[in-house]
Amino acid sequence: MISTSLTPLEVTLRAKRDAGRKLLVPYVTGGLKGWTDAIRAAAANGADVIEIGLPFSDPVMDGPIIQQASQQALDDGATPISILEGVRTLDVDVPLVVMCYYNTVHHAGHERFASQLFQAGIVGAIIPDLPLEESGPWCAAADAVGLATIMLAAPTAPDERLPRVCARARGFVYSVGLLGVTGERTELAATASLLAKRLKKVTDIPVIIGVGVSNSAQAVEACKVADGIVQGASVVRRLMEGGPDAVGAYVAEVRAAIDASTV
Amino acid sequence: MSISNQSIMSEPSESGRFGEFGGRFVPETLVPACQELEAAFREAWADPIFRAELDQLLKEYAGRPSMITECYQLGAKLGIRLVLKREDLNHTGSHKINNVLGQVLLAKRMGKKHIVAETGAGQHGVASATAAALMGMSCKVYMGAVDVERQGLNVFRMKLLGAEVEAVHSGSRTLKDAVNEAMRDWVASVESTHYCLGSVMGPHPYPWMVREFHRVIGSEAREQCLERYGSDPDFVVACVGGGSNALGIFSGFVDTKARLIGVEPAGGAAVGRGQPGVVHGMRSYLMQDEYGQVQEAHSISAGLDYPGVGPEHSYLASIGRAEYPTVTDTEVIEAFQLMAKTEGIIPALECAHALAWISREAPKMQGKTVLMNLSGRGDKDVGQMMEILG
Ligand SMILES: Cc1ncc(COP(=O)(O)O)c(C=O)c1O
Repeated sequence: MISTSLTPLEVTLRAKRDAGRKLLVPYVTGGLKGWTDAIRAAAANGADVIEIGLPFSDPVMDGPIIQQASQQALDDGATPISILEGVRTLDVDVPLVVMCYYNTVHHAGHERFASQLFQAGIVGAIIPDLPLEESGPWCAAADAVGLATIMLAAPTAPDERLPRVCARARGFVYSVGLLGVTGERTELAATASLLAKRLKKVTDIPVIIGVGVSNSAQAVEACKVADGIVQGASVVRRLMEGGPDAVGAYVAEVRAAIDASTV
Repeated sequence: MSISNQSIMSEPSESGRFGEFGGRFVPETLVPACQELEAAFREAWADPIFRAELDQLLKEYAGRPSMITECYQLGAKLGIRLVLKREDLNHTGSHKINNVLGQVLLAKRMGKKHIVAETGAGQHGVASATAAALMGMSCKVYMGAVDVERQGLNVFRMKLLGAEVEAVHSGSRTLKDAVNEAMRDWVASVESTHYCLGSVMGPHPYPWMVREFHRVIGSEAREQCLERYGSDPDFVVACVGGGSNALGIFSGFVDTKARLIGVEPAGGAAVGRGQPGVVHGMRSYLMQDEYGQVQEAHSISAGLDYPGVGPEHSYLASIGRAEYPTVTDTEVIEAFQLMAKTEGIIPALECAHALAWISREAPKMQGKTVLMNLSGRGDKDVGQMMEILG
């Protein structure tokens, strides 16, 4: 089942997971005021992977907070190129992946975009509006440079679809936590653990829950089933309200909570 | 069926492609819903009972067939024979009802309880609210805040019909952003809700399904032209926002010699000024900047104020079967008044685009028969025109 050529991202994450560590993946909107320092703060406070959003004009999988962050970044002149330039200056020890909408990829061209990411030191990509059936050309380009395409699995997927999504996923599989878009919720949706459980049954690749994991308590709950969590809106809100230090403090808090629950 | 017998406008490929356009670029969450919708549509469309039910609604509720009207005064003035397909006379005042009755009937058959829709000019929103009221479903309509402002009459109509109207304040606050918000709603509500998309756009099967629901426009028009004039028109002209009224009428003539003209607003010329891109679930021509950020359209007409276009139009343009010229807001305002004064018909601002092109190009079409899709009536635009004309 495991191919001989695991991506570097997957090698790292499997090793950590197999050593008993829960994986913490904060998301930061690229180009948002303070974003590079926020990434450094997240890296210094226990992130295992950092997801960098490339802002898009029409982010259909994002709720109000990340929409607002994307718009601010675009208004400040952020482009995929300027963000990748910023990435080169980061000098952090944590694997970096991008989250971007497919038109950003399509417009640049699959091969060109994959090589731009690779050259900036990015090791993976999450493309929320590129479902399995449409993913072929991008995946081929990403595979060719060893970039991990992190596939999303949704709660609506029938059983037969999940193994096919997992087979195409590299690095980890992104287990979508709820029916809906990104944003903070008062409780972890019941679908979150359910889907992660279904995925764990059919794959050995790390399963990480994202969308709607909104605080450290929810992170702990999600990690009872999953190998880790993505924290998006809750991180971005802190960056907008309290700057990079608030992101560092929040990542440290979530780190401590999930570590405490796994000993 | 042999390939040579097949219409240029037949079924898209298995992946929902018209040539290299179309597809299904949606979040994983929506893939099963799109697949389910495709299967349900395929099954219903082949089912004589569904077809009979829809035909009856189109006849007894929407008022089909819509007639054709020859514009004798305007035709004489322009030196052409100008024939209108009167979609403005349908119940709710535009072609949009054809698609909506089909989709809401299908949604009911699929066991859905709620309808969510986007709207630009409000005509699709009104049609959706109407069909939902008729078939006992709840309806929520997303509308850009700019459009809520300029199409106030339709906002009130939707509310009267029992729909909830939500103003969208993100992005350009027009149709594009209303689609985004409707899609976000659908991602969260997909299990109980049908997304009633208002044009031949979005992920597969929408571009195909919506075109099939509007095919009735072209089928009727072809028959009516043959009966009345004994021949096909030389030109078939329609305005293009997403492109549903245009594909509806084109479908009747795509396999004839008629030239097919889809008129876009100069400020929303997806085919004219766009490049292939992917947004709202489809690969199609799209106005975008050098990094693939979608650009804002700017048109006097809320229904055409959209930076993209349905994928089948991109295909028809790419093979040279249809042409997509543009007209300016100023030309549209002239055409709007021209039709009112010479024919006693107040057109919707959208289809005034088609007339604007016809009156500009008439010198090159002398003596020809031009069939124009009058996609809707202009009552909704009277307030906006009062301000513009003073
Ligand atoms: C009367 C009328 N015509 C045309 C349109 C544009 O839509 P489409 O290009 O899908 O026909 C609209 C949209 O609101 C409309 O109200």
